[in-house]
Amino acid sequence: MTTARRKAYGVKGAPYAFLLPATILFALFFALPIGYAIWLSLHKVQVKGLGLGSGARQEVWAGFENYADALTDSELLDGALRVLGYGAIVVPVMLGLALVFALMLDSDKVRLAPFTRLAIFLPYAIPGVVAALLWGFLYLPDVSPFYFVLEKLGLPQPDLLDGGGLYAALSNIAVWGGTGFNMIVIYTSLQAIPTEVYEAAKLDGATPLQIALKIKIPMVAPSLVLTFFFSIIATLQVFSEPTTLKPLTNSVSTTWSPLMKVHRDAFGEGDIYSAAAGAVIIAVATLVLSFGFLRAANSRNKQEAAR
Amino acid sequence: MSSLAVRKTAPAAGTTPGTAQGPPLRRRIALVPTLALLLGAIYCLLPVAWVLIAATKSGSELFSTFTFFPGTGFADNLSDLSAYRDGVYWKWMGNSALYAGVGALLSTAVSAISGYALAIYRFKGRETVFNVLMAGVLMPPVILAIPQYLLLAKADLADTYWAVLLPLILSPYGVYLSRIYAAAAVPSDVVEAGRMDGASEWRIFTRVALPMMVPGLVTVFLFQFVAVWNNFLLPYIMLSDDEKFPITLGLFTLLEQGSNTPALYTLVITGALLAVIPLIALFLVIQRFWSLDLLSGAVKS
Repeated sequence: MTTARRKAYGVKGAPYAFLLPATILFALFFALPIGYAIWLSLHKVQVKGLGLGSGARQEVWAGFENYADALTDSELLDGALRVLGYGAIVVPVMLGLALVFALMLDSDKVRLAPFTRLAIFLPYAIPGVVAALLWGFLYLPDVSPFYFVLEKLGLPQPDLLDGGGLYAALSNIAVWGGTGFNMIVIYTSLQAIPTEVYEAAKLDGATPLQIALKIKIPMVAPSLVLTFFFSIIATLQVFSEPTTLKPLTNSVSTTWSPLMKVHRDAFGEGDIYSAAAGAVIIAVATLVLSFGFLRAANSRNKQEAAR
Repeated sequence: MSSLAVRKTAPAAGTTPGTAQGPPLRRRIALVPTLALLLGAIYCLLPVAWVLIAATKSGSELFSTFTFFPGTGFADNLSDLSAYRDGVYWKWMGNSALYAGVGALLSTAVSAISGYALAIYRFKGRETVFNVLMAGVLMPPVILAIPQYLLLAKADLADTYWAVLLPLILSPYGVYLSRIYAAAAVPSDVVEAGRMDGASEWRIFTRVALPMMVPGLVTVFLFQFVAVWNNFLLPYIMLSDDEKFPITLGLFTLLEQGSNTPALYTLVITGALLAVIPLIALFLVIQRFWSLDLLSGAVKS
């Protein structure tokens, strides 16, 4: 009787006990920092007198002052525009390539598929900093094979570390690093489509291209939406690639991306209050954009399903 | 059964009986996709091939000889790199192995037990707990990293190994994958049978369920290992003592100094090569049994 009750209690309590580590870690390293960031963003430091001695600097309520400052700060807005432009290149190119490669891997009679699949996935294993560093050297005219070839051919040599070229250079690093992973995600869902689905189309004489466009792409739409969603989040957070290119060129400023600006505010200028407001704004903007996309994609799917 | 028969006759359907015997090469190999995939592979391998060759060049060869000709300075580069600031480079490698190895191990343990609890038990608030944990995946790292630093600084833990290890242990993605694996790999009658035998819940988890979840947990471990090894933002914010740097941050500081002294370029390049070798090797070895399907959460039933 007592053992039965103890066991029943054990079954009831077990999931809560098992989830304890995750809950504690979540509270300490997710909930608390987010709460603290929001608290900081609503405060500022007030200096009394000459600001000397302890107690001279005091945290006081600032309301939305830090937010108002951040939203009217041209550096943050310029950075946001740069990153939006960069994302407008990276996300479609990366996912377009990932989709095309996945469809090709999935097509009949393709050769060398295991090798090419592994090769295209390989950059996933390379840290963003190292990727930026490798490409950074390949962009340097003194070292790069591309410039060597261009020079021999007498073709113009674009400056990839300045102006518009810089966007192409940074986008290329992200596309190189991210295509393989997304390709695998899309390829996996292509593999999950039962072959019977396109046998009928094949019998009707549909070409592989038609099958890809009319059957395969609509069927993997959910995983395309998901890869888009996560790519938007990752792209708007870009930090390590431009930071790594910075030593190689003068045209990447310390505030190139909004995240870099937040970092400089916090550690370069020691203004953690503005930095916190900036971080909250970036987080909210990211979530609004990514969820906005998700909603738009879902409502389109529903319309198509209703048709 | 019928679909198999259809598939067998399908290739001949489009061709006349005469050409079915010897279809042109173009029909047997899909030329355009194969070539496009090869181009993609070359694009992806190019920087790796470049660093492999560039690391063999001495400082003067780097700027004077054609990029894809191997140089003669690899041994010198290696010893220069090892000698740089009393071998701090190898310290960085060791740190990365420590952060990624220990971090991924702890992360896998937490993911396994959480995923198991969420998959096997029916309890009040299960979906709420799951959704709240998943919300973590959507949190941009920036809103976490800076306050994490400030809070850890208050606890006197900033600029310690803990500062890089602790915030990465809970991985929402790992919990998500573990839940899927546990639901697919651990049948509820097995858990029930364990209870009948009088085993405690903890014992059922460690002795019965855990071995069944191993293939999925390997994926969680590897995923997390790569994530920690490749992380830059967190150590960049947390650490100031370069004895504790992981390899990503170490290479970055080397590049920063190297930008003024091109003599350091060869060190950066050799360092970059050595930094990617462990991950590429790991990758090639494990891809045999690391089902890529598992990465996206697809589970064969």
